[in-house]
Amino acid sequence: MTDDYIKHKYAPILPKKDEWPVVKLSKHRKEFINAVALAARDRIIALTGNNIEILREELETTLYREKLRVKQNPWLVDPEDDYEFWSKVKSGMVHLTAESSLSHKDKKIAYHHILLDITTRYAEEIASNFKHSHYKATRRIVTYGFSRLLNAARVKGFKSLFSTQYTLQDKIQIIGETEQLRDLATKGTVVMVPTHFSNLDSILIGWTISTLGMPPFIYGAGLNLFNIQIFSYFMNALGAYKVDRRKRNLPYIETLKTYSSEAIQFGCHSLFFPGGTRSRSGKIESKLKLGLLSTAVEAQRANYQKKLDDVGGKIFIVPVTINYHFVLEAPSLIQEHLSITGQERFYQETDEFSNSLKIAKFLVKFFTKGSDISVSVGKAMDVLGNYVDKDGRSLDSHGRNIDTRDYFVSDGKISIDTQREDQYTIRLGNRIVEEFHKINRVFSSHLVAFTAFQIFKRQNKKLDLFSLLRLPEEDLVISYSQFKMECERVLENIKEIRAAGKVHIAPHLKQDLDAIIEHGLNNVGLYHAKRPLIRNENGDIITEDMNLLYFYHNRLDGYDLEKLF
Amino acid sequence: MILKNSSRNSKPVGVIGIGSFGTAIANMLAEKSQVIVYARKAEVVDEINTQHTAGGRDLHHNIKATTDIEYICQKCEILFPVVSSTGFREVIQQFAPFLHPYHILIHGTKGLSLLLPEGKTLETVDRIKRDNIATMSEVILNETVVVRVGCLAGPNLAKELSLKQPAATVIASKYNEVILEGQRLLRSDRFQVYGNQDIIGVELSGVLKNIIAIAAGALGGMGLGENAKGLLISRGMVELIYLGKALGGGTKSFIGLAGIGDLVATCSSKLSRNYTVGFRLANGEKLPDIIADMEEVAEGINTVKLIKTFAESTGMRAPITENLYKVLFEGFKVEEALQYLMKYPFNVDVDFL
Repeated sequence: MTDDYIKHKYAPILPKKDEWPVVKLSKHRKEFINAVALAARDRIIALTGNNIEILREELETTLYREKLRVKQNPWLVDPEDDYEFWSKVKSGMVHLTAESSLSHKDKKIAYHHILLDITTRYAEEIASNFKHSHYKATRRIVTYGFSRLLNAARVKGFKSLFSTQYTLQDKIQIIGETEQLRDLATKGTVVMVPTHFSNLDSILIGWTISTLGMPPFIYGAGLNLFNIQIFSYFMNALGAYKVDRRKRNLPYIETLKTYSSEAIQFGCHSLFFPGGTRSRSGKIESKLKLGLLSTAVEAQRANYQKKLDDVGGKIFIVPVTINYHFVLEAPSLIQEHLSITGQERFYQETDEFSNSLKIAKFLVKFFTKGSDISVSVGKAMDVLGNYVDKDGRSLDSHGRNIDTRDYFVSDGKISIDTQREDQYTIRLGNRIVEEFHKINRVFSSHLVAFTAFQIFKRQNKKLDLFSLLRLPEEDLVISYSQFKMECERVLENIKEIRAAGKVHIAPHLKQDLDAIIEHGLNNVGLYHAKRPLIRNENGDIITEDMNLLYFYHNRLDGYDLEKLF
Repeated sequence: MILKNSSRNSKPVGVIGIGSFGTAIANMLAEKSQVIVYARKAEVVDEINTQHTAGGRDLHHNIKATTDIEYICQKCEILFPVVSSTGFREVIQQFAPFLHPYHILIHGTKGLSLLLPEGKTLETVDRIKRDNIATMSEVILNETVVVRVGCLAGPNLAKELSLKQPAATVIASKYNEVILEGQRLLRSDRFQVYGNQDIIGVELSGVLKNIIAIAAGALGGMGLGENAKGLLISRGMVELIYLGKALGGGTKSFIGLAGIGDLVATCSSKLSRNYTVGFRLANGEKLPDIIADMEEVAEGINTVKLIKTFAESTGMRAPITENLYKVLFEGFKVEEALQYLMKYPFNVDVDFL
């Protein structure tokens, strides 16, 4: 992967929409949901050791929590009949407990029935509502609308509104292994795993996927986002299925995993944000949520069980980083991060993206002003984290071919061993984190934020993080000459890391240092009311918001650069 | 997860290396399975195949030998590498082209491997980090595509095993499958097999206890009594745990069979090579002479060198290792080292739990 960006026009890899896996899936939506519900039921029965007492307990816990949720935390998107449904489950359970005439076998059947009712309902809730017409419309809105805005801002004059000089691709640069990704998406099934910093990411990734000429990927989006109508429309159009974080009961989680696993086996390209949620601290994710990731490993094994041994049954993991100068939600994200790590008992989740108007305003601002974004596509890997070549064959570190199937073989046969697959998932997670750091693209704003924060930290050696962040901003000043010198040291080090292939840098970091610093200062946290880093009238470097500075600084965490200070 | 216990019985089990411990393991495996031994030298292979002995030690009639790496990898899904740590990486590199992800490797080597940038040696670098040190399972993971890796550790003095005295071992692996396979292959009514998921901790227990074993040998050689030994074992344990945690092991593993169990066994036994090194040092012999007439490597010597540098690089204090280093490589007398240790201001008995 090179640092430089070359603008491409990508032809669609599957021109006919009927060939799109996601369209096929939506055509067979009903059968698919039934299949998921049944598979989820069997999975839960297996997990409870086929013991009805354990199953009954799980069902009771689920019932209790669901009734509580319906009462205490109802959302706009919840189905109307939530209350009735759970009341029905309750009466069914009560009836069964009271019934003494039923044989053990009949009881089991009855409980399995209740379980299937629940998994069916959950599968229905989770399932995506992909409509091709909506997808097309959305794509048009995003590309057409945004490029109009972009041109209006950049090309002067009345005609600018119709200029095609700039497109979204100038704004959002897609770099990295794009050809490999397109290629593999025609051969096998792709699971894309991006870093996650902003609610905009899903739309951005959706746009990226479509720009690269690939059919839409399905992905799990927080159900809370469906509360907001504009998002709900976008998400549905992009093939999102719904993840409800309020439901933490076993049947729900297993149904969700089954849904994901079955969709991958169906051949639907998928998208997981493996961090699970937006990175609160601004650091690149280092601990991943393994639940959904495990479904990729499981689906790969299931494909081999179905004797899909060639590349058609292979699952490719593609890490992606999204690189920003500016994260809209940064102030609230870092606030949350600090109150969690600061062990405060309560913290309130706040959301800038609380209504459609605010989002629209932001989008206009975003596209009419500077601040570029880049999306780096990493090398594809198999589910064990081995790189694959252009034909999708796995390679070891010496370039020898590996048959991924062999990882699931015991005594010559594919075997199901969930403990083994859990370990594989951990391994895959570690590999993804490693790749994130490699493909991450350093921006000038990351450089200046990192350097400035480290200098402040060094100036106040004796303070712990929280005391440091609480220092009054007027005490925090760095002279420009010192700042420049330290930036140079950090940059030199980053270049060394780049030379070792462990990070990437944006082309604007190849200018002279003053220009880089200016670029960085102009861009870091651009639209925040309080800027994380500016130059005052004396030319010194100061901060208006230490927490934000810390947030943007964290982007370069994990490269061992702290040792320079 | 249920593994069918009989299913793999048809396949032979591989043993790589046939030193004293390799022989003991091969003989135990041969009680239940066909065993194929890999040895580099053709004459060793001939001796095994014609006389059923290896270096004069008797071998079970179920054991065959070969010099053909491809053949043993093809025939066996489960292999036990039991070669010294100095040759370990090289042997694994030779095996790598023939190993597949379905292979299971369970090693029995209690040493470390140093991984330095091209052209550097331990003498020419000023500091080493954790990344520069690899346990044997890490060597396997780095050099091959095998992921199902395990290790054997515990009080397993080869001579006692070959006399069929009762003993136990720990098989550590992140994979239950590996532990269960190891148990199935090795367990008998005089050999108990425990499982542990903390493979790094178990490997480090086996590695680090060798340092203390040399020290124990030195005390024995000076004719000191059981009080001194008790002192050494318990303080050695503390040092082992601190170093082990810094290298990524879990405390629990160090106080298990592979840690305390092995420590007590090797610190009391002249059958242990490491103990013997210390014993002879205390009697005034020089290290090169001792090494020269030992049949097999005492892993502890290499470990002391490595761990001393590691401790220095990280700023940790490891008084027993540091003083042992002086005795081994800087001509310090054992008595001087002991004097130093007696003056060292340890004051808290247990502070690692």
